Formats: sequence, C-alpha cells, structure tokens
Amino acid sequence: MRSIINYLKEIIFGVWSLLKGMKVTGSYFFRPGTIVTQKYPSNRKDLVMFDRFKGEVVMPHNEKNEHKCTGCGICELNCPNGTIEIISKTIITEDGKKKKAIDKHIYRLSMCTFCALCVKTCPSNALAFSQKFEHAVFNRALLIKTLNKPGSQLMKGVE
Amino acid sequence: MEEKEIITTPDEEQEYVINMGPQHPSTHGVLRLLVSLKGEKVKSIQPHVGYIHSGIEKMCESITYPQIIHLTDRMDYISAHINNEAVCLNVEKALEIDIPDRIKVIRTIMSELTRLQSHQLWWACFGMDLGGLTCFFYGLRDREKILDIFEETCGGRMIVSYNCPGGLMYDIHPNFQKRVKDFIKYFRKILPEYDQLLTGNVIFHERSRGIGKLTKEDAISFGVTGPTGRASGFSCDVRKHEPYSAYDRVQFKEILHTEGDTFARYIARIDEMWESMNIIEQLIDNIPEGPFAVKMKPVIKLPEGEYYQRVETARGELGVYIISDGNKNPYRVKFRSPNFSNLSVLNHIASGFKIADLVAIGGSLDLIIPDIDR
Ligand code: SF4
Ligand code: SF4
Repeated sequence: MRSIINYLKEIIFGVWSLLKGMKVTGSYFFRPGTIVTQKYPSNRKDLVMFDRFKGEVVMPHNEKNEHKCTGCGICELNCPNGTIEIISKTIITEDGKKKKAIDKHIYRLSMCTFCALCVKTCPSNALAFSQKFEHAVFNRALLIKTLNKPGSQLMKGVE
Repeated sequence: MEEKEIITTPDEEQEYVINMGPQHPSTHGVLRLLVSLKGEKVKSIQPHVGYIHSGIEKMCESITYPQIIHLTDRMDYISAHINNEAVCLNVEKALEIDIPDRIKVIRTIMSELTRLQSHQLWWACFGMDLGGLTCFFYGLRDREKILDIFEETCGGRMIVSYNCPGGLMYDIHPNFQKRVKDFIKYFRKILPEYDQLLTGNVIFHERSRGIGKLTKEDAISFGVTGPTGRASGFSCDVRKHEPYSAYDRVQFKEILHTEGDTFARYIARIDEMWESMNIIEQLIDNIPEGPFAVKMKPVIKLPEGEYYQRVETARGELGVYIISDGNKNPYRVKFRSPNFSNLSVLNHIASGFKIADLVAIGGSLDLIIPDIDR
C-alpha cells in the first residue's frame, strides 16, 4: 500500500515539476519580445555597433586625404602574427632633406586577431578600429588591404 | 558444403567500441572519446585529445609578454578575461609592480562577469544536452547582455584582450557601471526561472541524481578543481585560498557540496552564479579613482627566474608558469589548464553508467576543448 502511495506521489510531483517549467515557457509565449536578442539581418539598416567595437583596423584620413602614419614600423613590430607590413619609401621634403615615409601600409584582415596592440602602440595615433563586421568576401585576396589611400600624404605637424 | 564454424566468445569479453566525437554535439568541440561498451553500459573511456592542438605554449616562446595575452584568449575562450589576467598578474608579480586599486577592482568585476556568462552558457548547453532545448535559448539570451557589456568596454565579445601587463587596455566605458547594475537587477529575477525550468524538473533529476559520483579523495588525486571539484567537497577555490586582485576585500562564500554527483555539480554552478552577483554588487559602486594602467617600459623584460601564478577560472584552477632568461621573450611558458585535469577523471566516474549518462556527466564537467589542447 505504502509503495503505491509513494508511486502516485512521485507521479504527481513529477507532473507538477513539469508544469512549473511549462509555466515559464508558456509565459514567454505571450511576451515574445523579452526573449528575442537581435533580429539580425533584418535590423541591418539601423544596427549601431558600440564605438569601441573592434571590427577591422583602418587608418582614418581627413578630407584633404591626409593621414598621420609616419611609417615608423612600430605597429609591424608589435603585431603578434605579422598581419601588418610596412613598405616605406624615401621622399625629399620641401627644404631638400631626405625623409622616410610610408609607401604602403599593408594589413591582412584574414590574419588579424584584433588584439589592438597596433592601435594602442602607434605613437602618432594613426590607426583606429572601424565598426564594420561583415567581412565575408568571395576571394581571399580581397582581405589584403592597403590602409593608406592612394595619393594620400602625411598630415602637417605630425612627425 | 562445408559449414563454417562460428566463433563465440564468452559474454564477459564481448565489448563494442564506438567513437564519440571528434564531431559530436555533446563534446562541445573536437574531443574524441573512445568508448567501449558492454551492452548499454560504459566499460571504459579513452579520451583522445589533440585534434585542435594549437601549440600556444610553444608560440609563446617566440613572442613578447604583451603579445602572449591575445593567445591566452584562445585557450579557454569562455573565460578569456580570466586567462588574460593570469598572465598579467604573473608578469606584474615578476616585475614587482604595484597595481593601483582601480585596476584590481575592475579586473575582479570583469572576472566575475566572465564567470557568470560562462556558467550561463554552460547552463544553456547542459540543458540542451539533456534534451531541454528551451534552456539553450534562455541561457544565451541572458549571456548576450553580459557580452554587450564586454563589447562596449573591451571592444570584443568573447575574445576580449582587455588586460595588458600593468593594467587594462582602456578605461571602463562611462555606461559600464549602469549597465552592470541593470544586468544584476535583471538577472536576480531571471535566475529563479532557471530553477523552475530545469533544477526542479523530474526528468532532469532522474538523469542527474547519483550519476557520475566523484569522491573527494578522487577529486584531489586527479587534480579536479573548480565547481566540479567543489561539488565533491574539495575546497579548492583560489579566490579564497590565495586571493588575487580584489578578492581579499569582498565577502563571498566558497560553494561546497558533498554529494559529488552530476546534480551536485549542477547546483554548485547555479550557486556560484549567485555568489558572483554578490561579489559584483559589492564592488560596482565603489570603483576607486585612479589610472587604468601603469606606465610600462616599451619592451618588457622579466628578470631571470621562474614565476607561477594561479587564478580561478570558471572551470577551475589555471596556473601560468613562466621561465624567463632575462630576454623579451619567455624561455618557456606552461599553462596548467583546469580542463585537462577535469577530463582525466571522466573514465573514472563514467564507467559503469549507461552511454546516455556519459553525455550528462561530460556536460557537467563543462569541458572546453581548446583549453585541453592548448
Ligand atoms: S601606423 Fe603608426 S605605428 Fe604603424 S607605421 Fe604608421 S605611424 Fe608607425
Ligand atoms: S589588431 Fe593585433 S593582430 Fe590585428 S593588426 Fe593590430 S596588432 Fe596585428
């Protein structure tokens, strides 16, 4: 007799515990807004990423197509996996002196680990992170980028 | 026609060997378990590791100390921040740098947030392993809120790289405190829902109570740490025994259970979530003022010698052992990863149980495979 009572008790408690769980899921059924995290990609148009988000490394240029990179190579040195390659050239300044300047700042997005060491250690703050995160391309070669724009120059006053 | 003789072996010797993994949803990564079965019962388990061995320890020998940080993110990627902290603490200890209180407090808050989101993800996956798919959605929804906090302050969601030797990469975001407080308020309401959904569930009880018992003696001899060890009564919380960062100034309980079965491991983690929230609440309102990083030399060189630092990650004790020969690269780096020791106990606790229980036991160990293969 006792075992039958225990058996029935177990069944009732079991069903009760399941109902308790279903109360939770059932309540969300009527307020689905609280369970959705993000409706990507349908919210793509008004999706704003946080301004510190590390999407990819870029070199900001001003409206006169000038950047701040002096071509010192510190970012290349600090990058842990050889993502950055600095190709420098020698230019002759207005007062006739020879000077090292950046020719190409090559950045391989496919290798970047977003450690932010390059951005942090650049002495002239030439690098920054952009918030772009949709990086898929059809050809891997497209992931090798030149960060300084063609024809760009060093900003005045940056040494 | 000649009749072939059918060779039969006595019943006891018959065993059926199957591969669980390397691609199996319940191993949460590329872990291959060679399981020999007798009927439905597990006779023995042989873990085969190394499928995603990334050679992190070896790589560390050829890069500088600040560069090591980003590699440790990729070991136990669910507690990335705590791994970062371990290396930073070790380097700072070697250089005998005094770290300002602000950094210590922020690091502690971040570590506890990391622990929280790790346990949330574990809860989500554990529920899913045992057939409760709803848990997965709820767990990930709440984890998303912490990841947003990380994203706003650190710029990364899982791979945060927020620590650097001597402090932090950036100061906390102006919204940080408000967001964390909002989250704690929100999650204190949500966590009882987890209990209603899974903890009290009768099917879950049947599948976890008394399954995969680990005794305290075995936990100690296998080196099982973290919530898994503490569920067996092994007091191994590094935060308590060897406080680092700001853990010496907060009040919290070390969660200890004695049953040592799958259910105890589950409850231990749920209780740890409550404790993590307590710790964060004690610190979030009084983050001291000060710099967010100490000025370091551009090239960090550790003095010759051996250095060791332990921290408590979400899965157990992580030890970082650095041998320096005075150069800018370490001579040798060794990580004592919690998951490796926790995996070693699997054969011991799962043999004798049914194959379906293996999923529950494996899930309750909360293994992260890149940390095993580092
Ligand atoms: S980006 Fe900065 S660190 Fe890199 S070469 Fe240019 S100036 Fe130097
Ligand atoms: S973020 Fe790190 S990996 Fe990427 S380019 Fe900069 S230093 Fe290299």
